[in-house]
Amino acid sequence: MTDLPANGPAGSIPVHRPARSILETDARTRARNRAEARFRAYGLGALLAGLAFLAILLASILWNGLGAFTQTRLALPVELTESELDPEGTRDPAALAKVSTFGYEDLLEAAMARLVAEEGIATELEPGDLADLLSSGAAAQVRDAVLADPSLIGRTVTFDVLAASRVDGYVKGRVTRESLADDRNLSPAHLDVADALIADGDLTRGFNPAFVLGADASEKRPEAAGIGIAMLGSLYMMLVVLGLSLPIGVAASIYLEEFAPKNRFTDFIEVNIANLAAVPSIVFGILGLVAFIQFAGLPTSAPLVGGLVLTLMTLPTIIIVTRASLKAVPPSIRDAALGVGASRMQAVFHHVLPLAIPGIMTGTIIGMARALGETAPLLLIGMVGFVASNPPDGVLDGFVSPNSAMPAQIYEWAKRADPAFYERAWGGIIVLLVFLLLMNLAAVLVRRRFERRW
Amino acid sequence: MPAGWLLLLVLLIAALGYGLGRRRALVSAGGNIRVLHSLPAAYGWNVAMAVLIPSLLVLALWSFAAPRVIGAMVVPLLGAGEGEVSLLMGDVRRVAEGLVRLGVDVSTVAPEGLRERLGEVGIALGQDVSPATLAAAARYDVLAARSDWLMTVLVLAIALGAAAWTIRRTTSALRARNEVERGVLGLLVAAALVAIATTVGIVLALISNTIKFFGLYPATDFFFGTTWSPSFGGGSELGILPLVWGTLYISAISLLVAVPLGLLSAIYLSEYASPRVRAWAKPMLEVLAGIPSIVYGLFALLTVGPALLVVFGDGGLGIMQGGTAVITAGLVMGIMLIPFVSSLSDDIINAVPQAIRDGSLGLGATPSETIRQVVIPAALPGIMGAILLAASRAIGETMIVVLGAGAAARLSLNPFDAMTTITAKIVSQLTGDSDFNSPEALVAFALGMTLFVVTLALNVLALWIVRRYREQYE
Repeated sequence: MTDLPANGPAGSIPVHRPARSILETDARTRARNRAEARFRAYGLGALLAGLAFLAILLASILWNGLGAFTQTRLALPVELTESELDPEGTRDPAALAKVSTFGYEDLLEAAMARLVAEEGIATELEPGDLADLLSSGAAAQVRDAVLADPSLIGRTVTFDVLAASRVDGYVKGRVTRESLADDRNLSPAHLDVADALIADGDLTRGFNPAFVLGADASEKRPEAAGIGIAMLGSLYMMLVVLGLSLPIGVAASIYLEEFAPKNRFTDFIEVNIANLAAVPSIVFGILGLVAFIQFAGLPTSAPLVGGLVLTLMTLPTIIIVTRASLKAVPPSIRDAALGVGASRMQAVFHHVLPLAIPGIMTGTIIGMARALGETAPLLLIGMVGFVASNPPDGVLDGFVSPNSAMPAQIYEWAKRADPAFYERAWGGIIVLLVFLLLMNLAAVLVRRRFERRW
Repeated sequence: MPAGWLLLLVLLIAALGYGLGRRRALVSAGGNIRVLHSLPAAYGWNVAMAVLIPSLLVLALWSFAAPRVIGAMVVPLLGAGEGEVSLLMGDVRRVAEGLVRLGVDVSTVAPEGLRERLGEVGIALGQDVSPATLAAAARYDVLAARSDWLMTVLVLAIALGAAAWTIRRTTSALRARNEVERGVLGLLVAAALVAIATTVGIVLALISNTIKFFGLYPATDFFFGTTWSPSFGGGSELGILPLVWGTLYISAISLLVAVPLGLLSAIYLSEYASPRVRAWAKPMLEVLAGIPSIVYGLFALLTVGPALLVVFGDGGLGIMQGGTAVITAGLVMGIMLIPFVSSLSDDIINAVPQAIRDGSLGLGATPSETIRQVVIPAALPGIMGAILLAASRAIGETMIVVLGAGAAARLSLNPFDAMTTITAKIVSQLTGDSDFNSPEALVAFALGMTLFVVTLALNVLALWIVRRYREQYE
């Protein structure tokens, strides 16, 4: 600046720029402004792309999965002939149980033929083929009803039986006549009958509580598969996770945050926890397989083992969150407690910990939500490849009897390579996401309601 | 006595001890609480903890060790070779359990027809009960009953002894609170050690089986082999390179999706977006991070794969054979990682001091110039750390590749080919009815070890970078 001549603008600075208004932008400024707008648009575009992916994902889940909550059923009057079911007429349960489901299939075929004839539907199909419209579990359903109430024998009872999965798919628009061209299970002629039955109001599509509450079914009967038992398995696992990871996690955090001296050993623990939080979940599955099943001899596929593995996985999360909320309690609280003569233990357990509870609860709920959706470790401890068809015998038995879990059940259905099971898998995801949504909402509510700002 | 009842009994003793200890302290102080060293409850807790900790520890250890010791003791009765023992022992345990349920005298029961009788009480056996198995099972029952007795006596003795000893020690001068607090501190340390135990458990589980694997299959063939074709009949080729290639390829594609989108969204959210947009868009984006990976897997398998097939498959460009491919898994994994990258970058960008921005803007730079030339370079180490963490997540991700990437291991450059990854092969080698001592199953542990080491190295590096350069501005 000192080089500038002090007197007047007519000095030695060469002015090459044309004189112009400051309000008028030059080419370079315009280019820079364009670059600015472009950059901003990239940012917005990236954000919108992320949100669009979310929208596509959610739409895809709802579009494909909502169908699983409804199911096609046929109101079928079945004549329970005494000569077939109870030839001796004794109504003795042991004698009745001797008639296998095959014995009931004839009754269903006859019932189908009669229904079709009564409704005046013209078809070339044989009665045996007509029964293909029904779920292969229909005979078992009728048999169970008869065994439960032998007095039904000899009467004509209307059963609400499940339609076969392809008929269900046809009603839901998943199966078309073209797609059945080379299908061994069902022919287009069946769909003509189904159309007529729909027109007569016998074949209806309604809400299917069995999907949410029921058991999984074998590969042949996607129409009967439900996620209820797997939900129970997940519940047991979450009980184990809650019962173990909360006390252990809180105790470890209290030690590290309030008592641990600063030394190599505690540093090592801290590094350990930070790294465990980032270990791939499949590695925890290997640990579970070797430590809990092979070494400790716990039963395969048991929710107890799944819960233990998920506990080890969620512990780092809970420890990190708990430590943060302990740290957020101001030191003045501790000082005041110590000042009136409390021991350090009393200061922590009587004053600091209660104030940190909202944060701990939030962290625990979020950790459990992550554990609930975790699949990979469960594959290795055998919670897949297994038909979760029976509820556990008792409350305690639920921890050790083989079961599935919601995400494992979804994977199992996805693996079965049948569009009817894919629909189940998407529906299972809706159920799973509803649980996750509720848990996250609970976490937000706890935070809003109880969190204290100091 | 069953362990459950024993547990209840121990708890009862502890509760009684609590009451007695508290009472004794008060009595010794003549009812004057001010004479006591600690609060009365501390004396009670002191007794209860002295009862609970050792007796429950013994109970747990005994319940864990007894079946193993007894098993080892009856093995000679079977007279079987190495290989059959584990199978036969399973039968022995089931028969032993069944004999207890039948309630028969183990010295007189005959092996004939035993299988049917056991079936009636819910014990299903694969074969008829041989005399040797029956003898072993009978012996097992005798030993188990004896061990049960011993355990009951031992645990109760410890519980009562500890109670009596601690109650005797209880006087008004006993520093009960200090003793209780020392015990509690011990429990807290034990809880903190669970983290170390987990790491040690992981490392031991991986190393022991990896060594076993390298005993059966040469390590050089594993690390440098270019063919992956396991066959449980034998003669497998287990080269890791195709799996490493698939893993890296899929991870690279996912990072190509996630890093630009995540970084640009983070920049937009932290530098441009109004508080209202930010308050609304950031949680929405983070919903993507809360969705379980099985959902992404299904999304890849059933939505993205078929959609890509329409464009690139036989009906379109004809370069894609099936819906499951590297590109499918990579894209979906990229979507999953967007919020991961964006929220980490967001924190890092926000940590850059405002003064640096103001300086740049004050010199006449536009906001985008400030971001590109000042903010990003300042945040670069942190962003690198975030990218490394995302890479580690991508390498360790399982469900998306299991469902979306295909099962064929191949070395190919075409992203529309199906390939497979380390994690997917760990799943496929360890699920199903495989013999855990065959190289085909053990290879999963060597794969797991590789995965663990790689992700650990990435994480340590990332955390180191983030920590090291964060200090710069604080």
